[in-house]
Amino acid sequence: MYTQGLDQQGKPEQEKQRRPAESEAELRAFQRRCDAEEKIEAKDWMPEAYRRTLVRQISQHAHSEIIGMQPEGNWLTRAPSLKRKVILLAKVQDEAGHGLYLYSAAETLGVSRDKMVDDLLSGKAKYSSIFNYATLTWADIGAIGWLVDGAAIMNQVPLCRCSYGPYARAMVRVCKEESFHQRQGFDIMHVLCSGSEAQKAMAQDALNRWWWPSLMMFGPSDKDSEHSAQSMAWKIKRFSNDELRQKFVDATVPQAEFLGLRVPDDDLHFNEATGHYEFGDIDWQEFYDVLAGNGPCNRERLAKRQKAHDDGAWVREAARAYAAKHAVQEAA
Amino acid sequence: MSHTNWPLYEVFIRSRSGLSHRHAGSLHAADDDMALDHARDTYTRRMEGVSIWVVRSDRIVASDPAETAALFEPAEDKIYRHPTFYEIPDGVENL
Ligand SMILES: [Fe+2]
Ligand SMILES: [Fe+2]
Repeated sequence: MYTQGLDQQGKPEQEKQRRPAESEAELRAFQRRCDAEEKIEAKDWMPEAYRRTLVRQISQHAHSEIIGMQPEGNWLTRAPSLKRKVILLAKVQDEAGHGLYLYSAAETLGVSRDKMVDDLLSGKAKYSSIFNYATLTWADIGAIGWLVDGAAIMNQVPLCRCSYGPYARAMVRVCKEESFHQRQGFDIMHVLCSGSEAQKAMAQDALNRWWWPSLMMFGPSDKDSEHSAQSMAWKIKRFSNDELRQKFVDATVPQAEFLGLRVPDDDLHFNEATGHYEFGDIDWQEFYDVLAGNGPCNRERLAKRQKAHDDGAWVREAARAYAAKHAVQEAA
Repeated sequence: MSHTNWPLYEVFIRSRSGLSHRHAGSLHAADDDMALDHARDTYTRRMEGVSIWVVRSDRIVASDPAETAALFEPAEDKIYRHPTFYEIPDGVENL
């Protein structure tokens, strides 16, 4: 799931510099294409900063899908029934697929898969902060599907209209699959909330822990999000972080009410005049701490990814050797 | 050792018979058979296809976007290739 507003992680000064080869005329022509809602395709001329912004965003998004399999994968062997287990397996497999669609989209911009994987494993590349929180109970699987995938949908639907064709097409595919994710999560919550007091308490506890991190998924507040304006002009981004966060709150609070759960925010209230829910302050220090690598599970997540990568090395090696052998036989 | 160096493949899927194959995306695979397997798992988890083509990306010959105008220019002034070029007198039907 996720392209967070991680864009503040980039190096804006460097990015703003133009290569001498980019003339004003070229840049203007490119902007005109964006303004006219034309799609930009892989081999088309594009400003270097556009390319770099996309490589960063799409690869972070891909990494998030891949790391995002871990918190849920944690419950695969302990799902409460066979039905829940096959559903969760399918969901986690989808996330792997999302990672692959997105890596492919990023590769069209000239960055190699190996380079992206290296950057993830070395800690150089970021992924969404949300996946650094632990899944302590089965209700967390419900909360993730409902809230985290729900937030992902808010963020990803507008990306289906992104100016960069390969990214937009990957997002169309992703979005088709996300609504199953959100519904299966809500369904888990609904069943728990219709169950015993203990089950309902478990659902409430999960909401308590996942609510604020879910709001942080939309990235820093607009006033602190320096790349937004350029991304908007290039039609990479369609809504600001705060706009998307508001949409999410407006959509989700009534669902919590339906479940009979309390959103853990004393300041939350509905504003009749605006038609929106107003909510309390987000603890941005927590957000930046998690992004900086100091969340509850950052080290564990990367260590696990590294181990999976290392453990798979012999398989990749063997497949390559097999392919090479057969290529020789066919040539003979 | 950590690097795969598996070649890139483009994946084309026929969503149902009667329709042509359409580009779905790409993937890495060690060989053609693996590319087909990966294409199935990556792009058809929900019955999105009845047939898959995979082809190594480096085998595709593509036109150059920078040459688009020149490449397609010959067709540009041949408006007489379209039926709308012709004026049909009033009263003439089935034409
Ligand atoms: Fe996803
Ligand atoms: Fe998802």
